[in-house]
Amino acid sequence: MNWFWYASPQTFYPLAGRMAPWFGIAAAILAAAGLYVGFLVAPTDAQQGEVYRIIFIHVPAAWLSMFIYLVLAFWAALGLAFHTRLSGMMASALAPTGALFTFIALVTGSLWGRPTWGTYWVWDARLTSELVLLFLYLGFMALQAAIDDPRRADKAGALLAIVGVVNIPIIHYSVVWWNSLHQGASVSVTRGASMAPLMLWAMLLMALAFWMYSIAVSLTRVRCIIREREA
Amino acid sequence: MSEQHTFFIAWAYGVTAVALVLEVIFLLKRKRETKT
Repeated sequence: MNWFWYASPQTFYPLAGRMAPWFGIAAAILAAAGLYVGFLVAPTDAQQGEVYRIIFIHVPAAWLSMFIYLVLAFWAALGLAFHTRLSGMMASALAPTGALFTFIALVTGSLWGRPTWGTYWVWDARLTSELVLLFLYLGFMALQAAIDDPRRADKAGALLAIVGVVNIPIIHYSVVWWNSLHQGASVSVTRGASMAPLMLWAMLLMALAFWMYSIAVSLTRVRCIIREREA
Repeated sequence: MSEQHTFFIAWAYGVTAVALVLEVIFLLKRKRETKT
């Protein structure tokens, strides 16, 4: 299979149209399963009680906010290096969804923080670096919108996106590098998960649901961008 | 489930649902506009 065949907006357009509904259906099924396990099967937390159930949207949204930024920066860098039109379009299509998941992570985090920490917000390293991520997404979108020529807008946005990648390890390691009110990682590659298996299952199902949702909306949005730019 | 916990869970899930639904609505609106 020649993957470069799909590097052109014209050939990628029908493929994106065929794939998007399937990712949307997968997102709906996974979200239904995740919410079922999260609310009806997973046990109550011994320390936090019921309020811990915010984890099933907070952690997946936070993961996606960082992951989408990395994918966005990857496409932006590819566009900058190889001058491929589709790369810039993909980066533009991902930004609003990434910003939305960052917003969801911040809001659900503050709603979880109030009953557990006693405050909605602290200027703590993890929270502040996640807020910086939201500003990076908004800055990327504002910069692209401010430049009329799409190729120049892609180039300017790509530079900002690549520089902003430095914030991702800062978010991830903020709880290790600095004293933080925020808890450490819920799931670690080296140490495994620090939670009950049923809670972990619910969280992973919701993370997959958010991932599939992101792909579905990004593919639909990139089709709109292709129509706007190539018409 | 304590009343206080229900309040925070409802807000967290409510804000998430509204945000995702609004994104889909705006996306479908954009899709319709670019098709014409």
